[in-house]
Order: sequence, then structure tokens, then C-alpha cells
Amino acid sequence: MDPECARLLPALCAVLADPRQPVADDTCLEKLLDWFKAVTEAGSSLLLLQENPCLVELLFHVRKPQDLSSRILSFALRLAGTFAAQEDCFQYLQQGELLPGLFGEQGPLGAAAWAAPTVRSGWIQGLHSLAQHPSALLFLADSGAVDTIFSLQGDPSLFVASAAGQLLVHVLDLAMRGPAEGRGPAEGRGRLQARDWPACARRIVCHLEDCLCSEATPRVTQALHVLTTAFRHCHGLWTQGLWVQLSPLVARLLEKDPVPAPHALVELLLSVARSSVPSSDPGLWETVAQTLSHLSPMQAGPLAAGILKLQDCPQALRIQAFGVLLRPLACVLEAAAQAPGTPGLLEGAAGDQMAVDTLPPSKSACVGLLCSTLAHLELLQPLPQRPSPWPQAPLLAAAVTILRFCNGSAAPSSELGGHLCAMLVGCVRVQRAALDFLGILSQGLGPRELVTQVFAVLLEYLVSPDSSPTVLKKAFQATLRWLLGSAVPPGCCDLEPRAQLVLRELLAVLQKRLCSPCWEVRDSGLEFLTQMTRRWGGQASFRQALLASEVPKLASQLLQDPESYVRASAVAAAGQLSSRGLLAAPSSPEHPAGPQNTSFEELLLVLTTDSEGFPRRAAMRVFTEWLRDGHVAVAEDQERFVARVLQAASGDLDWEVRVQGLELALVFLQQLLGARGPGAAPPCALAQALRALCRVQLFEFAFRSLFDCDRPVAQKSCDLLLFLRAKAAPSGSLQEAGDSPDVAPVEAALQRWRAGEQGQPLGELAPEAVLAVLRSMDLEALRDTLAESSDHVERSPQSLLQDMLATVGVLGDNEADCY
Amino acid sequence: MKLYCLSGHTTLPCNVLKFRSTTIMLDCGLATTSTLNFLPLPLVQSPRLSSLPGWSLKDGNAFLDKELKECSGHVFVDSVPEFCLPETELIDLSTVDVILISNYHCMMALPYITEHTGFMGTVYATEPTVQIVRLLMEELVNFTERVPKAQSASLWKNKDIQRLLPSLKDAVEVSTWRRCYTMQEVNSALSKIQLVGYSQKIELFGAVQVTPLSSGYALGSSNWIIQSHYEKVSYVSGSSLLTTHPQPMAQASLKNSDVLILTGLTQIPTANPDGMVGEFCSNLALTVRNGGNALVPCYPSGVIYDLLERLYQYIDSAGLSSIPFYFISPVANSSLEFSQIFAEWLCHNKQTKVYLPEPRFPHAELIQTNKLKHYPSIHGDFSNDFRQPCVVFTGHPSLRFGDVVHFMELWGKPDFSYLEALAPYQPLAMKCIYCPIDTRMNFIQVSKLLKEVQPLHVVCPEQYTQPPPAQSHRMDLMVDCQPPAMSYLRAEVLALPFKRRNEKIEIMPELADWLVPMEIKPGISLATVSAVLHTKDNKHVLQPPPRPAQPTGGKKRKRASDDIPDCKVQKPLLSGSIPVDQSVQTLERHGFSDIKVEDIAKGHIVLLREAETLIQIEEDSTHIICDDDEVLRVRLRDLVLKFLQKF
Repeated sequence: MDPECARLLPALCAVLADPRQPVADDTCLEKLLDWFKAVTEAGSSLLLLQENPCLVELLFHVRKPQDLSSRILSFALRLAGTFAAQEDCFQYLQQGELLPGLFGEQGPLGAAAWAAPTVRSGWIQGLHSLAQHPSALLFLADSGAVDTIFSLQGDPSLFVASAAGQLLVHVLDLAMRGPAEGRGPAEGRGRLQARDWPACARRIVCHLEDCLCSEATPRVTQALHVLTTAFRHCHGLWTQGLWVQLSPLVARLLEKDPVPAPHALVELLLSVARSSVPSSDPGLWETVAQTLSHLSPMQAGPLAAGILKLQDCPQALRIQAFGVLLRPLACVLEAAAQAPGTPGLLEGAAGDQMAVDTLPPSKSACVGLLCSTLAHLELLQPLPQRPSPWPQAPLLAAAVTILRFCNGSAAPSSELGGHLCAMLVGCVRVQRAALDFLGILSQGLGPRELVTQVFAVLLEYLVSPDSSPTVLKKAFQATLRWLLGSAVPPGCCDLEPRAQLVLRELLAVLQKRLCSPCWEVRDSGLEFLTQMTRRWGGQASFRQALLASEVPKLASQLLQDPESYVRASAVAAAGQLSSRGLLAAPSSPEHPAGPQNTSFEELLLVLTTDSEGFPRRAAMRVFTEWLRDGHVAVAEDQERFVARVLQAASGDLDWEVRVQGLELALVFLQQLLGARGPGAAPPCALAQALRALCRVQLFEFAFRSLFDCDRPVAQKSCDLLLFLRAKAAPSGSLQEAGDSPDVAPVEAALQRWRAGEQGQPLGELAPEAVLAVLRSMDLEALRDTLAESSDHVERSPQSLLQDMLATVGVLGDNEADCY
Repeated sequence: MKLYCLSGHTTLPCNVLKFRSTTIMLDCGLATTSTLNFLPLPLVQSPRLSSLPGWSLKDGNAFLDKELKECSGHVFVDSVPEFCLPETELIDLSTVDVILISNYHCMMALPYITEHTGFMGTVYATEPTVQIVRLLMEELVNFTERVPKAQSASLWKNKDIQRLLPSLKDAVEVSTWRRCYTMQEVNSALSKIQLVGYSQKIELFGAVQVTPLSSGYALGSSNWIIQSHYEKVSYVSGSSLLTTHPQPMAQASLKNSDVLILTGLTQIPTANPDGMVGEFCSNLALTVRNGGNALVPCYPSGVIYDLLERLYQYIDSAGLSSIPFYFISPVANSSLEFSQIFAEWLCHNKQTKVYLPEPRFPHAELIQTNKLKHYPSIHGDFSNDFRQPCVVFTGHPSLRFGDVVHFMELWGKPDFSYLEALAPYQPLAMKCIYCPIDTRMNFIQVSKLLKEVQPLHVVCPEQYTQPPPAQSHRMDLMVDCQPPAMSYLRAEVLALPFKRRNEKIEIMPELADWLVPMEIKPGISLATVSAVLHTKDNKHVLQPPPRPAQPTGGKKRKRASDDIPDCKVQKPLLSGSIPVDQSVQTLERHGFSDIKVEDIAKGHIVLLREAETLIQIEEDSTHIICDDDEVLRVRLRDLVLKFLQKF
């Protein structure tokens, strides 16, 4: 601890111990605690206490029954735990009977303060920190703390209850680790027999057994939570023994009807399955299989999905789990089937009865089941361990059917189908989930007629006036994925004939959507257009269809949209269309140049005049892309292009635009000097480049940005200049070529900018002067300074202590004023 | 209680409710769908329409070719359009006491009823309803009168001929179809209307109280509560839960109804109005940007206000600021101005604008900035100002009469086919986009409403009790309630399933003063009363009985006790029941012996063999039967009476 902090500490302890002083806010106490934790981790706690007796005094002080705020009490408990984590310090505190006074029955446990959840939480966290060594175990056993922890599991405060469960696991781990680790390899490190477990562990396990056998569901839930945490976080071999001991009780839960705490049970089984238990106890899989068959589809879904994500588990179980997951979709297919006997998702499905058992009768439950099923399958699809064979075709059919139920276009003949239709029609949640799922399924193909149906249903959604904006967005995304997926042969970029047909209809829809009164719809329409153009802008069929439609014209009209998000998307779309030569804007009298140049002027107008940041940022991104890809407007006069854009960006009020400006400058630099990587540029190229950079006034922008009040801008500029210096460093040819350049005006300007006088222009620059200034600057140091977060000064412990004292001091003054 | 269903049209209802000796007509909608069978009435001579071929029978018989014309396979009557009236034969309409109007669309048949059936009653409607219906009727009369038809077809109405006609064979009661009324009839009909305000209570003959409540559908639109003291019927017709320009729907007062008559739900339950307005705007913008014109067939009041408001917000963003909007109707000006003055009938948002220096509806601003122009007809100023591309709002939505016919002829040159309304314009060049905007309640909203207000019984048109025929699997598109709704068809009479049990009687305060209630059970007190029941105008009042003639020459000042009516000394009234076992014990204690108790169906018989007497104790009577031994009877009676309460 630095001396200044040590000097401030007694005063702070006095403030904390004084019930009349207003307590500093919680965040201060948290920061203080973090600091003490860091100090104790770095050195000896015992030494710390001996050097700063005020800390022990504070802990003694809070033991006395008094009117201390619950936050201070909680803080003190946690602080004591932090110190006592080291065994020598624990002994030291024990000597003074301090710990029983804090954590034992004489402490807050019996006092009124215990009613405050923060005190109970502090007590638990203190013990959690403290329980790091065998002496702590003895202390826990003697002080009766374990019983208190048991009771706190049912605490009304969820935070306290959860922390109590975690503490229990921590103590169990500590107790079990000792004996298991103490054994030599010859004795077979690992499973101890239950009778050999330490007393403390036996008590906890006994408690868990009692809970598991209890009739009260909350107690069962508590035990399951504790076990879940244990299997998730403890990796000792003892966990295997624990499972052997408790698994019969867990299995017995399944005999009850209804199964108590099904969600907690699923969590437990999954955490056991992911632990080292399965390797030693194959019986686990049997329990899991039973659970799958006992729980309702809604409850079993997460378990099934979890099992299928496991790398290693019996094939039969995987088949069963997949069956559980597919069942709701199989029922949907069954409900929509016009005639019985249509091939479904699951073989041997028992028809209507299964559907009645699977699909809940209430709308919200049914919607929830379908959404979660679709979400599980969506996550499963891209995994390498997904079930094989993957039933792509029936899944596609199911997704299409659900979407048809949701928009009312399915015409089921069965009663079940009618019921399902009435529940799902117009349900936005299911529509979104099904469209996401359908999008994911585009990664595998399907039978031709099904793919036709997919496109048909997607078009229905895109056309329907009833599709909500969010659904429409998903429909656009799914359509794009399917268009991408349907390229033939795979990997070829042109659209297959069927997709070309779809494209025509799609563009008609897009035309209408771009005129929608709802800005979200216009926005997602433009995004869709941008992505399509990016992908197929070079394909003749796409170009032909697009140019025959009104879409490009509408897109450029949307540059004047009243909504800034739409303008930003329109900028991106116009940029993309223009770089593909698809922006058919007629050349106006003001812009006699070609359409591509017109679009540059239009976007530059956005950059210079738009009142909102989003469109300006989008314009900068477009320009950077154009520069990178060699757009027509760039190719004509690159320097002029860069100069105009940089001029607009450098004066922008939005820091992201300025960062983008520097990014564009970097791309320009790379194009002049070669991309990143070691090695300097050839001297002649460098000289030429530097002159060009001076002409486009890149240096003024970059140097000015070094002192930008927004840190990311300064950082970016620093990187840019470092890159340039690296490219120029070894050559030095410029400097040698002439006299030493006059750097004074540049440095004077830099000085002024550093002082905050940003208005001063730099004037004409000579490349030599720039290089000289660049070399003289300590850019690395600047980069390091910028890399530190802006509050690094304020975050020091010293500042924290001062702040806390100052708060009290200020309040004290006010008190004096009052009198 | 009976319900006579005079119209089969779900959104243009006409029902008559007989309730507690009153006869109440609920709405009198006029089905304009009949006009679809007629050729349009063009404002400007249309060579195309006049050269349509006459229709001839399969056997080549062409005797009807003057009356019937054929266009793209459809047959049309070449005559003045006629309307299908509500049933007039099912019930004598001169007996109708009152007509309650729910909104201006549902009363277009009013002149037919008030002027031609001997109707003598009163019509109740809100002020905006009356003002706007006047505009609608005026427009209708104007549309049909300004282009007089030289001929009037009648041959086609012959039943035998009708059977041969492809499109007319399903038409309902063609013989009763009537031409449009005259302005004189309109004025006379409207003069019979009495204006009412929301929540105003109107007494009908003392028997029934009717109250209009806001229904949220149109300016001044109402649902009606019809109630007596112990019965309540709610009439829900054309209600909307969406936030549009009118005052929101008042739902709470519909609670606890015995019967809820539900009609006027949305005609297109699958089209969500918000989505449709979006669709409308997108298509309009797309058409106009491409240099096209948009024709919006509509009524001169109602949804058009919301459409104009939505367009007002949209036109700038869609780059349509320079496009003129034309609103053509004989009543366009009045409609736009009326909408601004009914502040108290508007939604909260618009009501608050009363206190701001801005108009309630933004169409005022559109007019000021010359973006929206209105004209009484296509003749006159309009023809000078007309410029394309443009958006035209005009009527009539049936496309059979009004200025819309002109635009259909002007822009609708050949190409592809569409709906029934468009049939006589086939083949048509215009692109038809069908964006029906119906803000009335849909079935989901109805289910929620019914759950909320929980009526004992629901009555609705039969169409609402099953999914639409075209979408038979859509079980969600029907009224779903428990017990299932009772349904009606045109010309049906329903007996509504509840019986009157109680009647309210008032007691005059003087009489009430004399009552001395006695508590016989906690919370229940009884008092006897002797009075005269006076019934007038369905109100029942208990009045003090007439006093006997005062002895003459008495004191001038009467004592209070003198007011007590001079009745005979009354025997006390008895209540309670006689416990058999205890009464037997009592009898034994008083010296009777040889007592036997027999159970009979209604009670018990206590047999006093020695005294040769029997006491028959039943639920509501006790008889002592003995042989002329009055002393014994009185003694027994007094013993038995001890178990009863007296007052």
C-alpha cells in the first residue's frame, strides 16, 4: 500500500465507524473492497493489519451493538472475510475472538441488523472469502454457520438465497478437496466412499438428501440448484461420488406426479452430463432418458437441446432427444396434413392423440412451445454434432406450415388444424421465430417443390400488408439467405432460373415497400436492396431486372427521407448501386457529369449538410469503400476525391465521422505506400506520396485529430501517423536531400492545438517539414497515454479515499452552516 | 321479448325489438349492394356504355334487350339504380314507437320507413349523425337525380324472367326494390329525429330507458343501452376499438347485460386497418411517382378524414408535396367543415386541440396550402383546375353513380378484370388495388369485449356464428362465446331467452312514513302496508289509501295520530315454521295424551286421538280439524301459534 493511502486510512476508518457520519455510497464501498482485495492478493494480509491497526479497530468497532448502517456492517463482514482468507491472518483475527463476533451467534446474526438483506448478503460473502483453508472449515463447523447457510437458502431475497447456495457448494468443495487431494496417486485419488467424507461434507450432503426427499417443491428446487452449481463449477473427482450417492434420489423425483421443479431438474441433469460424471457412471443416461419421457414437451425441450449439443452421448439417447425436440413440429405437420398418412417428421407418430398430448391447449403456452422449439433447432442446425441424418425436408415443410398457419393461408381439414390455426394466426412471435428458422435452413437444400413453397411463403409475407415491420425485416433476411443458398451450382454466383423469377416479384414488392409510410419498413427494404446489390450487382440477370424496375430511382429519392435511419440506409444503398453502375439517376443541369459522378455529389451533399450523424457516417463508409474498390468517381481524380471528402469529414461534429475520415485517409496512404506490413516504401514513391498527402491536406487533418477531444479519433490518428512513420523511417532520403526544413510553424500550430485553440489553420506544408515533425514527436508515448482509459487518474485508490473523505467533509461543513 | 330481423346485411342492420310493451327499431340500414346490378350513371355521355349490346336469352329472344345490357359476361339493368329495403311485411312498421340510430351509415333507409309505412314515432340520433347523414342522403339524391334516365325498366323484375338472368337470380326480393327517395322525403324524415347526447337517459313511456354510448366508429356513432329496472339489453352496432378521430368506445356501461345484440363487425376481418392504410399509402405513392393518377372511391365522411390525416403526415416524406388532392362531392365542403366543429364528439387528442390555435383535423392545413381542393362536381371550377398526376377522392363507392363514374370512364381504359363493382367497366386499364379500411371491431376484439362485459346471452347475425364461407378453416373468424350466440337471418323472429321476474314499485313518502319495519332475520325487516296501487305510464306507485270522510266540525289542527288510516284491527302476520317434536311435547305438557305423528307428503299430521282432533302441519299452512269444539280449537291454536313470530 502506498504511504499516502496508509496516511488517509485511519481517518477513513474513523468515518466508517461513526454512525453519525453519512455513509459513502455503495459504489465507493465496493471500490474500496476491490482495492483491499487487490492489496491482499498482492501481499500478506497479516502484515497489512499489523501496519494499519485502524482496520482491526474498525472490525472490532462494528461488533458493538450500535446504530451502524447496514451497508457499513455488510462492508465490514466482507472485509473481514477478505482478510481471513489467508490462514495466518485468520489465526490472528481468531486470537481476538473477532471472527466469532462477526460471523457467530454473537454477531449480527441475532441482532436487528440481520433483517437487512444487505447484511445477510455481506455475511455470506464474507464467509465465502474466508472459506479458503482447513481452519476455516473448523470455524464454520464450530460456529454453527452451516445451519445458518441452510436456512438462508430459503431467504426471501433471491440474491441472498442464491449466494447461500453458492457458498454451500464452495464449502462442500473445500471440504472434499482436502481429503481427495491429500491422497497419493497410489491410493487412487478420487472417489472416496461416502462414509469417509469429512463431517462437514457429510452434513451438507445429508441436508441435500433431505431436501431432495422433501414434499415441499421449494426445498427440492434449492437442492437441485446447489447440485447444479456443484457439478458446473467443481471439477474434483469427488463429484462423481456425490452423483453416485444422490442419483437414486434424483431419479425418484421422476416418480412423482407432477415432477417437482422440472426446470431445475433439467439444469442439474445437463450440468452433470457436461461434467466428468458420465465417464464413470453410465447410469446417468438412463436417468436422462427417463426424464425426457416423463416431462412435458415444454419442460423437456431444453434438456433435449442440451443433450444434442453434447459431444459424447449414447446414440439411442440422442435419437430420443431429437424426437422430443421434433415432436411439436411433427404435430404441426400432422395438423396441416390434408390426408392421414402424409409422411411426417417422426416415424410412427401416433397422430391426433400425440398432438393433443404435445400441443398445449392455451394460446400462450402453445406459442411458447413452438418458439422455443424453433429456437433450439435453429441453434442446433449449424453444429457439427447435430443429429444425422438431419431431416431437412420435413423441417422445411414444418417451417412453411407454421408460417402458413400464422398468416391464415393454411387450410387444415382436421379439427386440430383449425384450433392451431385460430391460435397462431397473426402471432408475430411465432412468425419471427419461424422466419429465423427458415433462414437457417437455407444452408441445406430441399426438394424442389418445397423450395418453391419456401419462396412462395416468403413472398406472401413480403407482400402482405399485415406483416409487422419486425416480421418483414426477418422475411427480408430469410429471403436473402434463400437466394444466396439457391445459387447453382453451389459456389456459383449467378441466380438460378427459379430465383430469377422470384427476383422479379421481389423487386415489385420492394418497390412498394420503399414507399411504405412506416420508416422501419423503408429501412429494411433498403438494407435488403444493399445486400442484394452487393451480392449480385455484377450479374447480368440481376442488373437487367433491377434496371427495369423503379427500385434504383426510389432508393435515391429516399436520400431525402425525413427519417435519419432511412437516409443512412439510402446512402448505403445508393453507394452500393452506384459502385455497380446501377444508379440510373439522370444527369441534371447542375451535374452534367455521368450518373456515378452525380451520386458522388449527392452523397457529399449528405455528408456536408445532413443534420443527423447516421447518414453522414454512412456516407463516409461508402466513400471509404469506393476508395478501396476503385469507384468511377474515385478513378477520375483520386486526389480531388480524397481532398473533398477529408475536408468535409475534418469539420464534422460527429467523432465517428472523423474516425471514418481517418480510416479513409489510411486507405489512401496504403494505396500510395503499399499495405500494412514491415518494410519502408521506396524513397521516390515516398516523396511522391508525401506530396500527394500534402496536397489533399491529410496532415492538417491527422495532426489536428491527435488533439481531438474524442479519444478514438486521437487514437486512430496516432495509428495513422505511426504507420506513415514506419513507412518513411529507414529511408530518410528526403531529409538528406535538402536543408533541414523549417518545422517551427508546424510545431507552433501543434502547440496551439494541444492548448485547445483548434481554430488556427496550419497553412501550406512541405513534405520535409512533415517528416521532421513526425520523427520528432513521441507518438508511442501518446499512443500509450491514449490507450489508458480516461478515468485512469481518478481510479487510483488514493483518489477514492480522498473522495470518500471529501464527501464527509463537505457534508460536515453544511452541518456547521446549519447551526 | 322478441327480436324481428328485417335485414340480412350484417353491417347495415335493421331489427325491431319488442320489450316491455315498447316497439323499438334498432337502425334502418339500406343495402346499396343492389345497385351493383345496374349500369353506372355517367355524368358525361359515355359512348362505351351506351353502345353496350343488349342481352338476349339463349334461344335468341331479345325482348329484354332494351332493359338489360351485357358487359364482359355480366348482365346489367339499364335503368335508375334501385335499393333493397328492409323487410316491411314481417311486422307492422306503424307500430314502431322509436327508432334508435347507431351511426350515419346505418340509417340510410330512414325516409322509406318514416314516410311510407305510417310510422308515427320518434327517431333518436346524435347531432353529428344527423348532420352527416343529411350530407350522405343529399349526395345520394344528388347523384341519382342529376342524371335523369329516360327509361325505367320493370320487365326484368318479373319472377319468371328473373330466374333466367345469370347474375340476378340470387337477388333478394327484387319486387320490393325502390328508387332513391327525394330531398323532400329526406327533409321530412330528418325532421322526425330528436337529438341526443352520449349517456343521456331517455324514458320511453316510463317502461324503458334508452341511453346512447360512444361506439368509437364514426363521429357521433353510438351503441345503445335499453333497460328497465330489472332487465338490460345492449345494442352494439358498428363499434371500433382503434384510435381514430371519434371519441373512444365506452365499454364499461355494457357490463351485466341480459342480452347483447351484436352487429356491424368489420366486413373484412382478415385485413388489419393499419396494414391497409400502409398499403394504400405505398400504392398511392408508387402510382403517382410513376406519373399515374389515383382514384379513391369513398363516402364523403368517415374514413376519409383519417386517410387525409395519414396522407398529410406522409406526403412530404414520400415526395408527393406537389401532387394535388381533389375531393369531389356535392357535400365535400360541408363535410370537411362539419368535421372541424364537432369537438365534443372527437377523440381526446383532437378535443384538446380546441384550446390551441390549430384545426382539429390537418385537412384544414392541406386546404390552406392548396394541396387539397374540393369541388361539388366535376363540372365548373374543377375542369379548369384539374391537373395530372393527381389523387381524386370521390363517391359513390359502388361505382354506379356519382363523379366516380366519370373517372372510371376517363382512366379505366382496357386491360384486365377485377371485382364485381368493376364489372360494367370491363375491360379496364386501371390497376385496381383493393385496400378496404374497416375500423369496426374484428373477432379478436369482440371476444375480448364479450369476456369483459359478460352478457348472459349474445344475439348476432348468422354470418358471425361460422367462419366466412371462403375461409372455412378460419375458426378464429367467428364470434366465440359461452353460451353460444343466438343467430338470426333476414325475416326471422327470435324469442329472446329471458323472462321478466320483477317489477319496481315506488312508495309515496307519506305512506313510507307509516311503515314500522320489524327485523325478522338479521338484515331482513318486514312491514305490512295497506295502500292503493296506482299505475300510469308503466310506473307503479303505492299511495296512501283514501281517508274516510273526516267528521265535520273537528279540530282544525289534526294530531299526527289522526293520519293513521282508520282500518280494522288487523290480525298479526305470522312467520316461521312449527317444529313438530317440540309442539308434541308442548301438547303433552298441556295435558293432551295419546298423540301420534304421521308423516304425509307435504308435512305432518299430529293426531290427538283422545280429543279426536288432528293438526295438519304443512309447509305453508296449518289446519286444526276438530268437531265444533271452539274452545279446544282456540286452545290448540294458541299453543301452536307460540312457535311462530308475529308482527
